Amino acid sequence: MSIFIDENICNGCKGLPEARCERICPGDLCYRKENTKAAIRDQSACWTCACCVKECPVQAIELRLPFQACSNGASLKAKLKRDKTIWTVWDAGGHQEEFIIQARCLKGD
Amino acid sequence: MSTIRIDTDILIIGGGAAGCFAAVEVHKKSPNCRVVVMEKSQIERSGCLAMGLNAINAYLHSGQTPESYVAYVEREFEGVIRKDLVYTIAQGLNVAVKDVEEMGLPVEKNEDGTYKKRGKRSIRIFGERLKPILAEAVTKTRTQVLNRVVATNFIYNGERICGAFGYGIRDGKFYVVRAKAVIVATGGASGIYRPNNPGEARHLMWYCPWNVGTGYAMGIRAGAEMTSFENRFIALRVKDVHAPTGTIAVGVHSKQINARGEDYLELYYKHLGGNKCLTQHRLLATVEETKAGRGPCYLDTTTLNEADERRLKEDFLSMNPQIILLWASEGMDPRRKPVEIQGTEPFVVGGHCQSGYWIDKERRTTLKGLYAAGEVAGGAPKKYVSGSWVEARIAAMTALEEIKGVSLEDVDGGLVQNEKTRILTPLTKKAGISPLEVRERLQKIMDEYAGGISMNYALHEERLLEARRLLKCLKGRLKDIAAVNNYNLVEALECIDRVDVARVLVEHLIHRKETRWACYQTRLDYPKKEDSRWLTFVNSVYSAETDEIKMIERPV
Ligand SMILES: Cc1cc2nc3c(=O)[nH]c(=O)nc-3n(C[C@H](O)[C@H](O)[C@H](O)COP(=O)(O)OP(=O)(O)OC[C@H]3O[C@@H](n4cnc5c(N)ncnc54)[C@H](O)[C@@H]3O)c2cc1C
Ligand code: SF4
Ligand code: SF4
Repeated sequence: MSIFIDENICNGCKGLPEARCERICPGDLCYRKENTKAAIRDQSACWTCACCVKECPVQAIELRLPFQACSNGASLKAKLKRDKTIWTVWDAGGHQEEFIIQARCLKGD
Repeated sequence: MSTIRIDTDILIIGGGAAGCFAAVEVHKKSPNCRVVVMEKSQIERSGCLAMGLNAINAYLHSGQTPESYVAYVEREFEGVIRKDLVYTIAQGLNVAVKDVEEMGLPVEKNEDGTYKKRGKRSIRIFGERLKPILAEAVTKTRTQVLNRVVATNFIYNGERICGAFGYGIRDGKFYVVRAKAVIVATGGASGIYRPNNPGEARHLMWYCPWNVGTGYAMGIRAGAEMTSFENRFIALRVKDVHAPTGTIAVGVHSKQINARGEDYLELYYKHLGGNKCLTQHRLLATVEETKAGRGPCYLDTTTLNEADERRLKEDFLSMNPQIILLWASEGMDPRRKPVEIQGTEPFVVGGHCQSGYWIDKERRTTLKGLYAAGEVAGGAPKKYVSGSWVEARIAAMTALEEIKGVSLEDVDGGLVQNEKTRILTPLTKKAGISPLEVRERLQKIMDEYAGGISMNYALHEERLLEARRLLKCLKGRLKDIAAVNNYNLVEALECIDRVDVARVLVEHLIHRKETRWACYQTRLDYPKKEDSRWLTFVNSVYSAETDEIKMIERPV
């Protein structure tokens, strides 16, 4: 599995003509199912680029690695602020680490 | 299928690093010029830059000159490069980087405001959002962006390129875009060879899996001259996740070690320069260590301190988040275990190596009205992201100059109908070969007969001739390719393009009867580099009428 979409968190980007994850995926893999929750068309076509992970405003998507590459499990989420990205990584034991990384200069910096 | 017709002055195909930059440059110089960007994905996150970057690999630090840059690239590529192209790139690197910094890209600096040196020719950036920053600069111009429209062929009247056809992935419509000039900037080609990771992880690869070489294929079909496809690129990367090793080796100075813990470059490959060897020899040495039973090979991260480790993770999050997951699954600590490295499958790219359109200094291709920039343009290796920007600027300026006095050409109705039929045919087949089947067949042929991973990248005549034969058969079967929906149709078209690229690649590999570049182009039957005969470019022109590929040699 490359991405995991938590249907309990996903709000389907209600009101938008295209879900945010659907709009952004460079491989055109995300879409909204009939129950309005997001899904991925083909896990094996995922680049694990995390673009959808970053784009989801409610952090419903986790980045994982395909089982063949990483059988212990681990997951990654991201939250975008205007000028930085906040990443949270969970390892196999549930231990958590956070990173706050500069991502752009705001005008007037 | 309904048709959407758009007229413009300049059409840019591919809104990646080069395409976005070209659009901004045209606007700067000539705000009233009409520009259309046709992009298969969505320019905010598309192509090689979708995940972000943590370094700009081509930059001239103080004391370096365009001349010294050209000398470096020439040495790395064994004397076969287009010095005129590399020189013009080098001249523009620092200005292009400054432009992107001004768009909002954070760059690491010294106290005096100069960029901090990362490696000899690189700088460290906080580039997770590099692509959104470029896209935002484009939206500030009057450029019309066609997201989710994939270019399928040029509109070519036999004399000049007058635009391009595209397929709307979302709306299912057929696009006919007429232009006075076309800049192709679709990146390189992945998916030609069987990848490191099979099955469910098949797209866990280094290069962007949706840059499939369509820009090359369109040029090939129209008869553009191509160069140096045989100069394939094979990257030395972190095993399984393909994170760039430079972030570790250059960023925090880790050494390459073998399974015995030996500094193998120094110990066994001193004749190639040891730790100071060329990029291709780092890869060669790693392949040879494995053959000699001293693999796997690693980057020794166990000597890092805590601060370096943190910095390393931060750098990777801005460019290859996958490796963070790999470490997390192992207990979150690269200091506990060295990082295993391996070679990727071969790619056809003009940004690290030099496969692509044969262009002149002004970035004109051999087809009138068509210009090329970035990975799709040949002859100038090691251009990376900053060099792609410079090329985009040059191509944009040439196109702007040359559209003066040009008027839009009428598009022949027959051409439109033919292309519509060509791209729609897979959808009309009830039963047939699936894109997945074609892709796997192609990748198997290339892996086994044209020097893929399973052959340790090595090539020789008999196998290559078999590859030629099998690819011709495969091409014959493409008329039976079937697609069940729009998404699947794009995959089908990608397969058709990949086969066209692979056939040209194999002819180039057959033609160069020497070994010029380790692993990228190693001939078992001609193991020596022969300057007296082969200090030359291998080029090709395809003829759609005869289905033949004519080989041409051009002097360095
Ligand atoms: C994983 C990775 C890491 C890299 N890291 C670095 C680094 O740290 N530093 C550095 O300097 N360089 C780096 N590079 C190199 C750099 O990213 C490329 O050289 C640069 O992006 C090339 O620009 P381009 O415009 O030619 O290709 P891209 O930026 O890939 O753009 C090509 C565009 O064309 C679009 N496209 C493709 N086919 C079609 C079609 N048929 N119709 C319409 N649109 C199409 C694609 O969707 C994409 O948007 C890296 C490359 C990769 C793959
Ligand atoms: S972006 Fe997030 S909330 Fe919106 S549809 Fe996708 S997963 Fe659901
Ligand atoms: S991780 Fe990237 S490729 Fe995979 S679904 Fe998300 S956006 Fe698409």
